[in-house]
Amino acid sequence: MKIIVLVKHVPDAQFDRHLTGEGYTTDRNESILSELDEYALEAALQLAEARGGAKAGNQVIALSMGASGAVNAVKKSLQMGATEGVHLTDSALAGSDAAATSLALAAAIRHIGTGAPVDLVLTGMASTDGETSLVPAQLAERLGLPQVTFASSLTVDGGRLTARRDADTYSETVEATLPAVVSVTDQINEPRYPNFKGIIAAKRKSITTLSLADIGVDPAHVGHAGSWTTVTAAEERPPRTAGTIITDEGDAGIKLVDFLAAQKLL
Amino acid sequence: MANVLVFIDNPGDALKKSTLELLTLGRSLGETAVAVNGDLHQDVSATLAEYGVTAVFRPSAQDLDDYLVSAKAAYLAAAAGAASAGTVLLDNSPEGKEIAARLGIRLNAGVITDVVAVDADGTAHKSVLAGSYTTSARATTAVSVLTVKANNVTPEPASVASAPETSTVEVPADGTATAARVTAREQKAASGRPDLSDARIVVAGGRGVDGDFGPVEQLADALGAAVGASRAATDAGWISHDAQVGQTGKTVSPQLYISAGISGAIQQKAGMQTAKVIVAVNKDAESPIFEIADFGIIGDLFDVLPQATEEIKKRKG
Repeated sequence: MKIIVLVKHVPDAQFDRHLTGEGYTTDRNESILSELDEYALEAALQLAEARGGAKAGNQVIALSMGASGAVNAVKKSLQMGATEGVHLTDSALAGSDAAATSLALAAAIRHIGTGAPVDLVLTGMASTDGETSLVPAQLAERLGLPQVTFASSLTVDGGRLTARRDADTYSETVEATLPAVVSVTDQINEPRYPNFKGIIAAKRKSITTLSLADIGVDPAHVGHAGSWTTVTAAEERPPRTAGTIITDEGDAGIKLVDFLAAQKLL
Repeated sequence: MANVLVFIDNPGDALKKSTLELLTLGRSLGETAVAVNGDLHQDVSATLAEYGVTAVFRPSAQDLDDYLVSAKAAYLAAAAGAASAGTVLLDNSPEGKEIAARLGIRLNAGVITDVVAVDADGTAHKSVLAGSYTTSARATTAVSVLTVKANNVTPEPASVASAPETSTVEVPADGTATAARVTAREQKAASGRPDLSDARIVVAGGRGVDGDFGPVEQLADALGAAVGASRAATDAGWISHDAQVGQTGKTVSPQLYISAGISGAIQQKAGMQTAKVIVAVNKDAESPIFEIADFGIIGDLFDVLPQATEEIKKRKG
């Protein structure tokens, strides 16, 4: 199988995150591989391993789009076990919204699929920075492929995949033919940690760098220029401040209800 | 004023409050048409008229629910064309956002999710980076697609009722050609509690409940609230994953969020920062949750929650 996993380099949520500059883009200092993408990578590795791994010709290609730092998300993926990495980077990509991102990624996926076609594109359920969940569906629409989103389990048998999805009021089983775009939730597996062997092996794996020219995308169709949405203002919300703190002396439940009544919340 | 199209997926016997909010918001932006999928109950039609809807579209096919998202996106794109819509409004559920995503590509339209308010000129307001920023954004395209969070608009019928005409919209064949098919669907047992994502009040439990969600559920029921949980509690298997609030679960912005036995690690805080009022009950005075709580109680949730539940019942008589 040839599987592409989309991996995003996102600001670590453990720290304060900021919007900067013209267009209010996310400051990507202190960035890491998006936690939610690790589940997609693990799902890809398991599918490849079940088919005899890299020795049997299974490819797990980690693809990241972004400025120079984004290559770190690819490197971490290689340490976890991806067989190769692709870094799509071009200054014209800066500020791309979901529509422009999906346009560039669709072109990159077509490019990677020249020769041997791609069987599966795997993604996390959302990025932990933009959090829109738009890109997997937009990618599927642009590539004309079935999308299976929020998969909490995934099996592939020949050219068909079966997935389970859990919504609030129902669970469902869905089937699609390959190739397909699949996003997975954090319930699907337990991502592995890179071990020493994996870290050493990653150093020998190749990372291909692609520019917009390589994938045949007009710079005017991506970045701020090619985006279909624009952020016109951004204001940092004042941090919440602590209110009244009491220690329970046997009547805190009553005091809680008093507080709710005073706030007209009962 | 521009034309607005509101998508209503399987309305059932009565429109949900969040749908009434979309209709109210739509009317503030222009003439509002709706695209319905599924059965159209007589009471629902009456409500659409009360809310001033000018046209109702229905799909030519009845099996849109058998496909994942793309069939509905294809239908909605055709309906947007029929309505000459400049704005399409959908609810902010995971499915609503995905339909919006594919619709955006079909219409060459900018998509903005998690919207809490829309100005008359189409500028949408939302909060990003786990509530640390509020932003204004707009689509630069002829059509904009917005998914709107619940509980941000007060539903109001129109001053004058309308008499909308119903017409059928042909569902394009390419919406189903390469779509994933739903082969089985099981309804989950209804809890009788409000949906977590759009509940007015949420009571959430964490590691501190130590396997017993009883006090959390009882307080939630006394308040008519939804039950939420931290990732620690769902990972421990104490409660279904659907209840998870936080960065990898649901983001909620209720009027009141009561956190019980949750330390308030940053990923948890991220899911509820935009709640209007936060109450925290935790034994550990050092818990970070107290840094953001409007009312914090250092105490045992197994004492405090049942006492509050009894007191609420007493006052409500």
